[in-house]
Amino acid sequence: MKHVSLSGSVTGGVSCAKDPMVSHLARAEIRERRALLSLTLPGFVLVFVVLAVPLGWLFWLSAFDSNGALTLDNYLRLLRPVYLSSFLITFQMAFCVTLVCVLLGYPLAYLLSQLPERASQICMAFVLLPFWTSILVRTYAWLVLLQRQGVINNWLLDLGLIHEPLALVNNFFGTVVGMVHVMLPFMVLPLYDKMKNIDPLLMSAAANCGATPAQAFRQVFLKLSLPGLASGITLVFVICLGFYLTPALLGGGRVSMWSMKISDTIALYGNWGAASALGVALLVATVLILWGMRKLFGLNEHGRNS
Amino acid sequence: MFKLHQAVTPTQITHAHRLWLYTLVGLILLFLIIPCLIVIPMSFSASQYLEFPPRQWSLRWYEAYLGSSEWMTATWVTVKVAVMSTCIATVLGTLAAYGLSQVRGGMAKLIHSLMMLPMLVPIILVAVGVFFVYSRTGLNNTITGLVLAHSVLAIPFVLIAVGNGLDGFDMNQEMAARSLGASRPWAFLTVTLPQLRLSICSGALFAFIASFDEVVIALFIVGGESSTLPRRMFANIRDQIDPTVAAVSTLMILLSILLLVAMQYIKRLERRQQH
Amino acid sequence: MQGSIAIRDVYKGYGAFTAIDHVSLDVNPGEFLTLLGPSGSGKTTLLNVLAGFIRPESGSIKVDGVEFLTCPPHKRDIGMVFQNYALFPHMTVAENVAYPLRLRKVGGAERARRVKATLEMVQMDHLGERGIHQLSGGQRQRVALARAMVFEPKIMLMDEPLSALDKNLREHMQLELKRLHARLGMTTIYVTHDQKEALTLSHRIAVLNKGKLAQLDTPDALYERPNNRFVAGFIGESCFFSVEEGADSVTFQGRALKLPKGTALKRSQPRVLMVRPERLQWQAPSDAGAMNRIDAIARDVVYQGDSYHVGLVLSDGSELTARHQKGFREVPVPAPGSAVQLWLHAEDTLLVAEGA
Repeated sequence: MKHVSLSGSVTGGVSCAKDPMVSHLARAEIRERRALLSLTLPGFVLVFVVLAVPLGWLFWLSAFDSNGALTLDNYLRLLRPVYLSSFLITFQMAFCVTLVCVLLGYPLAYLLSQLPERASQICMAFVLLPFWTSILVRTYAWLVLLQRQGVINNWLLDLGLIHEPLALVNNFFGTVVGMVHVMLPFMVLPLYDKMKNIDPLLMSAAANCGATPAQAFRQVFLKLSLPGLASGITLVFVICLGFYLTPALLGGGRVSMWSMKISDTIALYGNWGAASALGVALLVATVLILWGMRKLFGLNEHGRNS
Repeated sequence: MFKLHQAVTPTQITHAHRLWLYTLVGLILLFLIIPCLIVIPMSFSASQYLEFPPRQWSLRWYEAYLGSSEWMTATWVTVKVAVMSTCIATVLGTLAAYGLSQVRGGMAKLIHSLMMLPMLVPIILVAVGVFFVYSRTGLNNTITGLVLAHSVLAIPFVLIAVGNGLDGFDMNQEMAARSLGASRPWAFLTVTLPQLRLSICSGALFAFIASFDEVVIALFIVGGESSTLPRRMFANIRDQIDPTVAAVSTLMILLSILLLVAMQYIKRLERRQQH
Repeated sequence: MQGSIAIRDVYKGYGAFTAIDHVSLDVNPGEFLTLLGPSGSGKTTLLNVLAGFIRPESGSIKVDGVEFLTCPPHKRDIGMVFQNYALFPHMTVAENVAYPLRLRKVGGAERARRVKATLEMVQMDHLGERGIHQLSGGQRQRVALARAMVFEPKIMLMDEPLSALDKNLREHMQLELKRLHARLGMTTIYVTHDQKEALTLSHRIAVLNKGKLAQLDTPDALYERPNNRFVAGFIGESCFFSVEEGADSVTFQGRALKLPKGTALKRSQPRVLMVRPERLQWQAPSDAGAMNRIDAIARDVVYQGDSYHVGLVLSDGSELTARHQKGFREVPVPAPGSAVQLWLHAEDTLLVAEGA
């Protein structure tokens, strides 16, 4: 078999396809790929069957009403005040929680990254223990702390600072507190990771160039830590959108988050169409926010215009 | 001794400069840790109402927990489900992580994205979707259904943990084994897998706690006899029944501490293995 | 015919990048062949193709007449030493070396005997029970070698095995490798970017550049008669000068070059004059007729202990560095800025093809 050599050509000099060796090699390569990918098959199938198919089916449902006719009704329902106010509260909550997490999380991550090994590990334990503790347990603890007859109110009453118990829970405030407690590690850990990778010599170099510590921090450290901050913000915001547990227990029914609306629509009204429309809306919002965040923060990572 | 005016950084920042930061961070750390620990002393309170500090100490709520067949059944269900889903997720996740690490290209990326989905989709949607399918396939209120759902939740954790382990693993060793005469599966079993032990363990720990603590899916698909521990706790908290929940919470906090310590130990072993 | 390798027209590309560009070469049984080249030349890729970890798009590799490319890596019966040794950290030294014997179902007593014998060959038999992390770099290298040799493969592949060692140890190990090879005699393919190492160890050297085979020859042939500028520049020190090629003569600095006997005067492709700096003479010879003269201006003179490095500039701007040995008492070290004359024997002059 004569080989037709195409040496020097950009697309490569593979000899004519009739050569049995070439096709044998190509087939062996494909076989190996397939064998390796098939290792993912059991896991893939499980996730597909348990998650992807139900979700797909559910979203398919959102386009039909209870009689099986194709309709946009389920989505039009979302424009009702009760749902719109739920959307609003969900976004307000996510925004507040994210903001507080940034304000509290950044200094914490900063100090953690600057402390010597031992001290840093001890402080990190304070962040990791909540992270590993069940959300339910933590939410319960906040209920206990913030109740009318709860620990905080009792202290304040005993100290004479107030005369009547404050309404610290079963409202927006209590929910924010509970959710910040759950979300803070999610903000701190990626930030800490990024900050740890910032070369401390850079600060020395900045000082050498004439920057005060405050200037060096603002112009060097802060800028370099922004990608970590961006991923923290994205993570926290997106998780808040779909959060169920804490608002359900600490909101007292006054904080009607999106996820709770979905749950109620099924558990109380059995209305699959409405619930699935809400679900689709939640997923779409999540994806949009993720995409939007990447656009917004993507600039910061590579561009120099900030 | 702690000197306020000792420089802490090469740029001559002192402890005194950072005092405000120390105070702020100290408060934040207290904020983080107090809720985790406050329930513990309260669970020993003798009274019907939770009080801090307890006026009288007693083990009555622990007795209530351990003595109640409903609570014990729920605990047993939770442990069974957690162990089974951990096993399934760990095996499937490890195999998938290995396969994905050896193949490049669009197909691999697609599979990887899909298998990470359970972590990205809001849990309420997962719960609703699963509930929907289970009600049509009769898997609601079954251990099987719960195990399948929890396994799916746990797979992303294993993928990440084992994926990281594989990133740090020197593939030359597997190639060396193959050049010496081992087939690929055998090389994986005798050379790669033993060295991935730590990553697999940390993935398994994440998987276990993810299943053990899981509430939302359980809320939808189980109840009554096949209730899990967190599901029972949720009902108790919402309906304000009695402080047994405090005792259960304390035990769960102890479990968390145990797992956290195990995780740190694994990390230390991993660091030693690097050298 | 034990261990002969016939590589024919092997091609491997990654998208638009060609790693191995239709390379063909023959390896004789028992030969020590080095694949030499800069990074990106394809030498490591070719080695991995031989080992079976990279599948080429086309070509054929026959070992003793049997096609290798259809054989999976674990059936090829080759010994491979990796650059970072790739020793199994969860096994002891002895267990590492025993691993291939276990795979071949060699029984306990026989296995132990062969492991001991191989470890003795690399002077590691007293460290059999050690863990890998307790060994130094040189010791790990020997264990890697032992593990690849213990099952007596027909072919050995080595991927820059000495590059992680410090200079003294490296030179010591080079001699040990040479001795081992002389003793065991298996076909060895060795990859390196260090030309001195290649010259020390090899029977023949295959110089690779950008995926193509530039020249395959014995070390002295490569040094004395490089085919082209790339090989000339890669092996040993050299300087290159442009020459004018006329119909039947070659001129340099206005004078006809006295070339070695048999040099083609008619050019088929562009050529440059290659000069090995150590062949330059400072003293005008008695029979100046057989010598070429090079006129230059000394630019800088740097003391190096055993000699001076003299940087020279020629009239057309090209540069040359020559060594002035301390032994040359008759000719003083030139002062910077002074005119210098250097002499080159006709037999030391070489015209090499431009390009690779």
